[in-house]
Amino acid sequence: MNAPVITNVQQEKASGQARERLVVIGNGMAGCRAVEEILARDGDRYAITIFGAEPRVNYDRIMLSPVLAGDKSFEDIIINDQSWYDDNGIELVSGDAVIAIKREAREVVSASGRVTPYDRLLIATGSDPFIIPVPGHKLPGVITFRDLDDVDKMLTAAETGGNAVVIGGGLLGLEAAHGLSLRGMKVTVLHLMPTLMERQLDEAAGFLLRSELERRGQTIITQADTAEILGDSHVTGVKLKDGTEIEADLVVMAVGIKPSTGLAKLAELEVERGIVVDDNMVTSDPAIVAVGECVQHRGACYGLVAPLWEMCRALADFMTSTPSGYVGSVTATKLKVSGINLFSAGDFSGGADTEDIVMRDASRGVYKRVVVKGDRLIGAVLYGDTADGSWYFDLLKRQEDISDIREALIFGQAFASGGATLDPDSAVAALSQDAEICGCNGVTKGQVVACIDGGAGDLDSVRAGCKASASCGSCTGLVESLLSLSLGDDYDGERKVTPMCKCTSFTHEDVRRNILEKELKSIPQVMQELHWTTADGCASCRPALNYYLLCAWPTEHEEDPQSRFVNERMHANIQKDGTYSVVPRMWGGITTPNELRAIADAADKYEARLVKVTGGQRLDIFGIKKEDLPAIWADLNAAGMVSGHAYGKALRTVKTCVGSEWCRFGTQDSTGLGIKAEQMTWGSWMPHKFKIAVSGCPRNCAEASIKDLGIICVDSGYELSVGGNGGIHLRGTDFLCKVETEEQALEYMAAFIQLYREEARYLDRTAPWVERVGMDYIKGRIVEDEAGRKELQERFLFAQSVHQKDPWAERVAGAEGHLHKHIAEIRPFSVLEPA
Amino acid sequence: MMADARWIDIGPVEQLPALGARTLPVQGGQEIAIFRTATGSIHALANKCPHKAGPLSQGIVHDTSVTCPLHNWRISLLTGEALGEDKGCVPVIPVKIDAGRIYIERASALAGVV
Repeated sequence: MNAPVITNVQQEKASGQARERLVVIGNGMAGCRAVEEILARDGDRYAITIFGAEPRVNYDRIMLSPVLAGDKSFEDIIINDQSWYDDNGIELVSGDAVIAIKREAREVVSASGRVTPYDRLLIATGSDPFIIPVPGHKLPGVITFRDLDDVDKMLTAAETGGNAVVIGGGLLGLEAAHGLSLRGMKVTVLHLMPTLMERQLDEAAGFLLRSELERRGQTIITQADTAEILGDSHVTGVKLKDGTEIEADLVVMAVGIKPSTGLAKLAELEVERGIVVDDNMVTSDPAIVAVGECVQHRGACYGLVAPLWEMCRALADFMTSTPSGYVGSVTATKLKVSGINLFSAGDFSGGADTEDIVMRDASRGVYKRVVVKGDRLIGAVLYGDTADGSWYFDLLKRQEDISDIREALIFGQAFASGGATLDPDSAVAALSQDAEICGCNGVTKGQVVACIDGGAGDLDSVRAGCKASASCGSCTGLVESLLSLSLGDDYDGERKVTPMCKCTSFTHEDVRRNILEKELKSIPQVMQELHWTTADGCASCRPALNYYLLCAWPTEHEEDPQSRFVNERMHANIQKDGTYSVVPRMWGGITTPNELRAIADAADKYEARLVKVTGGQRLDIFGIKKEDLPAIWADLNAAGMVSGHAYGKALRTVKTCVGSEWCRFGTQDSTGLGIKAEQMTWGSWMPHKFKIAVSGCPRNCAEASIKDLGIICVDSGYELSVGGNGGIHLRGTDFLCKVETEEQALEYMAAFIQLYREEARYLDRTAPWVERVGMDYIKGRIVEDEAGRKELQERFLFAQSVHQKDPWAERVAGAEGHLHKHIAEIRPFSVLEPA
Repeated sequence: MMADARWIDIGPVEQLPALGARTLPVQGGQEIAIFRTATGSIHALANKCPHKAGPLSQGIVHDTSVTCPLHNWRISLLTGEALGEDKGCVPVIPVKIDAGRIYIERASALAGVV
């Protein structure tokens, strides 16, 4: 450590009477700001001494990121240079940390042994970086991001390039990662939570941020739990709890900060998470005050700069005998990464009595969300366009009544303050004739109006006439406004199209088309690109999107278990009492004594309350507890059985009769074909459940005429029919075609299934879908278009190469284990055991 | 393990997937469902839908509500009340997060234990 530098000598007032002695521990932003505020109010009242642990003058700590990134130098971020101390007669003791406070004697002791008496003591020790105590955390090359020394270490490391791992995807971590990346290191960010900056951003904005950082070459790993930092004499890598190892020449720990309270604790001041202060910033000792990140005020600790200014004002008011009181702060965040605009403030966790207003503009990469409660704005998240951040923050802090500007609130200050533009129609009316309505096709308002004046009276005619809203459809609302403005009462609206759910104005078909055209591959991406009006969708759209994505991108789609209905998430059928039923697959309805024994044993072992033969020729074991599911599956797997998917929007069963092998009427091997069909199709996810049957003769014992896909064997081949349903609305199948061989039958089946998978709406059985599109269309695609049929079959078989795996076996092997275990158990009057 | 008069430590936050839920049985009492929203907030309700006692822990979590897996009632994670047209309410059990661990309020968790 550098030798302590002492400047200036305590001065006396002109009158000769000793001034009150104010000693400040901490030469950081809070300590110096507090002194500035006091001096501004009364420059003569105190003789001031400031102790700083760092051997330098006061600088702007939040600007360390731009220094790391090379946007600024240290000189640029100095707040108070030496002359400030000199001019104000402040004694600065830098590089000599205070190590003890002697409260009775009212003096502080520094590391060098210096004893300084005080009348008033101000503690502004700030915060310490939080270090995860994993093995290896003390290795050389593992650093934090808190002061200029840390920045120097990072800059030195970056000179030789190599790999940097930043642990922590919060504000600080991402700024460190950005700086190191600009300095030429290959950067991986590890974040424990699923979303970056989850305290400041919602999922949607977090997703946009992540995509942008990845585009800039950083690797982002979320839900990454660090197990160990590797290396002998210097760090070489980081190992995660899931076993992943990442090479690293530098590890930056930026997982958070904690109030620095060591000194205060030692002096036996009241300390909880931070040093407890009242509204005048006074600690449990009336002679000692505290400000900044080290304090806890009304239960809250702050790690941002704005509250610090407010605390310092309240402190200075109190110290100069005009107490005003600090009432806590509402905070806002901006990420200091050049080119990424991001702002968040207030509370955006949502809730029953709050309302979200969301605006997304995919082409500009903009996401805005404001949260309203009653007539007040309580939170805002902005990504891409943060120009209105300060306006929202102002509304939020002032608790302004926003009911008059509510409709236009999301469009920002310029718009909301416009006065007359409160309903969407008048907002559109106010647009100039040159304003672009449809970004995809470059259609202006003038062109749309001309098209309407030329006779286009509804959406379809406008789309046909000038192409506006004919591509992605996100400007549909604007075109509708123009129709109603131009035609007045003659326009009675569209609304024949039903949107997918209340989160979007897009239909199922629009969504699926966009997923393919824009190559959307995750749920947050779809929600952003297609302007979802909710932050994380609803129980209706999430499962649908999950399906559409896995169908469109079988190899790339990442499964989202939280977007599955319970049965598909648990791979079993939930029953009214919360237990589950388990149905193992029996190919074509054929079983063996061994399988039956295993089922009987499992039913006994897991105390099944009922075993029932289902309508689809399978055995259903009822009353299994969710905790027992992996065990019963393991037992059934051991007997060679896999999941029967009786719970899924998937192939349920292929029902068969015994066919030509045994039946005196049988014309073909219906059982054999049924087994082949089931082996081809099992494990495939579909828009809804899917049932197949194969009957060996027209007597149709397998009831093929009420299945989604039914085959009736005749002497000369196989008759395929589709779209049957034995449910609420009884519907017989429609004849599709007749083929001669088993191979052909399987080819047509695969093609039909794939057409249904690609084109039906989620939760449409084949019956309503067939009725909507018509048999002519289906025959056109399956029977008449041979090349198209083969392509459909090929796509189906490819998807199956990915999806056809036994989910039970995966769970038995430990996948998604948390779904089957309690988080913990409470045993009253005995000791609790976390799981 | 932290012994505390008011709060019971039930383990680290990471045990809950975002938009997911876990169960917490109470011996002699009623099972509790612990939820985690997209923004990372944690909530606890009795694991019983006010409609037909469906296990809410198995529903789909969205925003600050959960949709019951049995009949699609939407229940607020904040108030325990049924949303939309449905009427009914399920007990909310206070939880807090401290240093990455979830704490559940003892008295509410043990309500009804004899």
